[in-house]
Formats: sequence, structure tokens, C-alpha cells
Amino acid sequence: MLKDITFGQYFDTSSPVHKMDPRAKILLTVFLIVFLFIAKNFYALIFMAVFIFLVLALTRVPFRIYIKNLKAILPVIIFTALINMFYGGGGKEIFSFWIFTLNTGGISKAVFMALRIVLLILLSSVLTYTTSPNDLTDAIERIFSFLTVFGLKNAVHTLAMMMTIALRFIPTLIEEAEKIMNAQKARGADLESGNLFERIRSLIPILIPLLISSVMRAYQLAEAMECRCYNGGEGRVRMKQLRFGGVDFIAFFVSLVTCTAIIFINIFL
Amino acid sequence: MENIIEVKNVTFEYKDNDKQKAVIKDFSLDIKRGSFTVILGHNGSGKSTLAKLLNGLYKPDSGDITVDGINTKDEENEIEIKRRVGMVFQNPDNQLVASVVEEDVAFGPENLGIDPKIIRERVDNALKAVDMYDFRRSAPHNLSGGQKQRVAIAGIIAMEPECIVLDEPTAMLDPRGRAEIINTVISLNKEKGITVVLITHFMEEAELADRVIVLGEGGIIADGTPKTVFSNAGLLKSVSLDVPQTTELLLRLNENGLKVPTSVISIEETANVIYNAVANLEEK
Repeated sequence: MLKDITFGQYFDTSSPVHKMDPRAKILLTVFLIVFLFIAKNFYALIFMAVFIFLVLALTRVPFRIYIKNLKAILPVIIFTALINMFYGGGGKEIFSFWIFTLNTGGISKAVFMALRIVLLILLSSVLTYTTSPNDLTDAIERIFSFLTVFGLKNAVHTLAMMMTIALRFIPTLIEEAEKIMNAQKARGADLESGNLFERIRSLIPILIPLLISSVMRAYQLAEAMECRCYNGGEGRVRMKQLRFGGVDFIAFFVSLVTCTAIIFINIFL
Repeated sequence: MENIIEVKNVTFEYKDNDKQKAVIKDFSLDIKRGSFTVILGHNGSGKSTLAKLLNGLYKPDSGDITVDGINTKDEENEIEIKRRVGMVFQNPDNQLVASVVEEDVAFGPENLGIDPKIIRERVDNALKAVDMYDFRRSAPHNLSGGQKQRVAIAGIIAMEPECIVLDEPTAMLDPRGRAEIINTVISLNKEKGITVVLITHFMEEAELADRVIVLGEGGIIADGTPKTVFSNAGLLKSVSLDVPQTTELLLRLNENGLKVPTSVISIEETANVIYNAVANLEEK
């Protein structure tokens, strides 16, 4: 059923990577992605690949799950590779047809770009597979809490609260949508036949009740939150306090070493 | 102070489409600390409005409501009032904020800005009090209606209120969920000494209360112990409420000539009363 769709792609294996502070994971992911683009030759990129594969192994998430993620993005990878293959590159010409010219340089550039995208996807999947959506929201709120200085604290808190509530209500609304769909089908609504336009039209009797009930829910939720002393982010303390621990420092250290190595490889190889 | 909530001459009306309809008129009520009060009334009798007035969600148009001596109109003490009078609503889905049970229960105390360690303690205690501790890491959408409602109650107890107002907490639940909630509420009242105001239209839920108040158009129609209120079936029926099935049975037996006392409510007592009456008949 629709309800079983997983949101976020959290895959719990309780590995050391799962136990890291979500803030550390977000920051390191961004940091490593930057270095993925700083790596300018094959040696640096392969060095990065080895590092990323070690991290993948450390997460204990089955490798086929990562592959599934890559498959979804395969068209983009192929498209990027093709574009790079025929544009520039230099080196020996292999063949030429109409406006396309294939060079050895083009091939190596295509492989390089494809590898870079694959690594990019793998690296970001590590974050989403090892961090629950709640932890991600939490971490984002705390990472951006420095914006308080610019008087934006409430904006950050409100956004994080919206994300939390959205995550909470997605399954509830899906359940509701199913109920409404069944109710409309029971009254003879035909949702599956007809051309695209007709099918979109037949969604209206589902979307409108869903919208109305969501607004009512929102209103009731607001009252319930008010009853629980919610007053915006003001004076709010979190039960779960995030603290950087040993794993996080090791991760920072290893990443730093890797990135330094990339810079050296860039310069000397 | 003996009374946790005092309602004095309150009038409240909704201003909808220029039509002014007083839902509550010149209404007064005191709720004793530590008591278990059930408020009964059919749809439109103003019982939900009354609930929302009690914790300051709505403000009276005239008259005053005080909680622990604090007037609900006092904007500065809004949080203090809401902390003292917790509120549980009908639809459990629309009260839960977080997608992990324990994080939801922590929502209230987090808003109060308490030390995280104490929040943790309160959350654990609240979950144990409603017997949901084993589900602390679950997602609300995987729980049954009764379980979700118990989580909602835990979210309120974690704020350590003096009083809990429950606005038809069992209306959307199946009989099992309903029993779970009523048992939870009774144990909170008896063991933790929390004042309970339970608003409902299920008569059976009123049996164990200290006091039953029946609301009619804008005012109190009956007020007393469950036994005295339910023995006046005519009055209850005049506001389209039913008496509990046991009372109904006893009243009909009386009408048809079997003299039985009508002031008992529980099934067991009723059975005993009828047994004795029949035994007396046979002796004669």
C-alpha cells in the first residue's frame, strides 16, 4: 500500500556512522563534496573513491541499496558523460562524424565526470541512509541556529518545526487520501481510465476533501500545540542534546587527512 | 485553595456571520482539587466550548475563570494556566507533533524550557504512567487509536499539570481503546491525584466519577454524584441523553411493578439488586 513508502531512506544498522552526530555528518558531507570537485585528476578522484567505499563498508548498509540509488540517477550520468565525450578534451582524434568529434581526451573526461557524479551520489546517500529524517531536521535547525545573531532565530525554528510536522503528517495524510479514494470509488468514481486530462480531472474529488481535512487538522493541531505551551521557539529547550563524541572527532580527523592528501595529489601528480 | 478552577458568571458566544449565538450563558462552576468530574451533554450543549474556556484557549466575553487563582484573561500568565490545566482532544492524530513517541511527549516540557535531564525523566515517567513506555521509539502512525490517545495524554502529564481536561477523548476510539483511556484516566486521578474533568457523551464513563454535571442549552441541568443524577432518567432524556443501560433496565422493571432501587449503576450491583428483588418476590 501507499503507506509503506519510506520517507527519507533511513536504513538502521546501528553502525558507527549511524551513531555519529547528525550535525557532524551534514558538515562532513558538504566538506567532502567540495573536495570531490577540487580533485582535478584521476589519481585524486580514485583516492577519494577508495575513501568513500571504505565509508560505505563502515555503514553496513547492503551495497545493493546504494546501487538502487545509482540506478535511479543513471540517465543523468549517461547524459553528462555523452556531453563531455564530444565537447573538448583534446588528444588524438578517434573518429569524426558531422559535428561530433571523438577524442581520447573526450573519453577520459567523460569517464572522469561519470565517476565524479557516482561518488557524489554515493556520498550523499551515506548521509540519508544513516540519519533519520528527524535527526536531519534537528541538525539543520542547530547548524543554522548561528543565524540568531542576524535576528533570524524564529525563521530557522519555524522552518524546522514545519519540517517536523510535515514528516509527522505524511503517513497520516496518505492514509486519509486512501480512505477518500476508496470512498469515491465506492460511489462509482473512475480513477484509472481515460486520457491524461481526464485522469487529472478525476483527481479533483480526492484532492478537495483532502485539502479541506488538512486545513481542519492544521487548525486542531495548532490548538493542541498551544495547549502544550508552545510559544514559538522562545525559551524552548530540547530533550535530546546533541554532543560531538569520539566517533565524530575521528571522522573529522580522517576526512581532514583525506582532503589534505587530495590537495597534495592535485599538486604533485 | 480548595478549588483548582473557578468559573464565575461566564458568558461566551461565537460571532459567526453576524449571528450571535450565546453558547454559554451566565455559567458558574467550581472544580475541586483532586476530584474526578464528568461533564455530559449532547452535541451543541457547549461542552467543548466550556473545555476550551477552562484553560484559556477561549476567553469569556463576560465573567471570570480562575485557575489556581490566576485569571485566564491575564495574557502574561497564559503559559502558567496552560501548564496547570492540560487538555486532551478528540482526535489523537491531530495532537501529536513529532514522528517519534518520546519526542512527542517531550514537546510540552521542551516548551517550558526545563533542564533536558529532567525532561527525560518526566517523559519516561509519563510514558510509564500511561503504559506506553515500550513504544517510546515507535512512530505514531503505527499505533492504534487508543495507544495514540494514551501518548497524547502522556504528552500532557509530562508537563505535570494540576488538572487535565479531556474533551471527548474516546469519541473516535473502538470499545477497547475507550476502556484503555478510561482506565488510564482513573489511575491518574486516583494514584497521582491529578484533577480530572472528563467531557463525554458516553454514560458508562460517568459511573466512576465523583461528580456528574449535565449540560443543557447553555447551563447546568443536573449536578451531583452519578447515582443521584442517573436515577432522574426523565431529566436526562429531556436533553436527549440516555441513562446507562443498567439504569434503563432498573427503571423499566420499576415501571412494570418490580420494586428495585434505581440508584445503582455498575453491572454487578444491578445484577445483585435484581436478584434480591426477585428473591423477595418468591418469599412472598
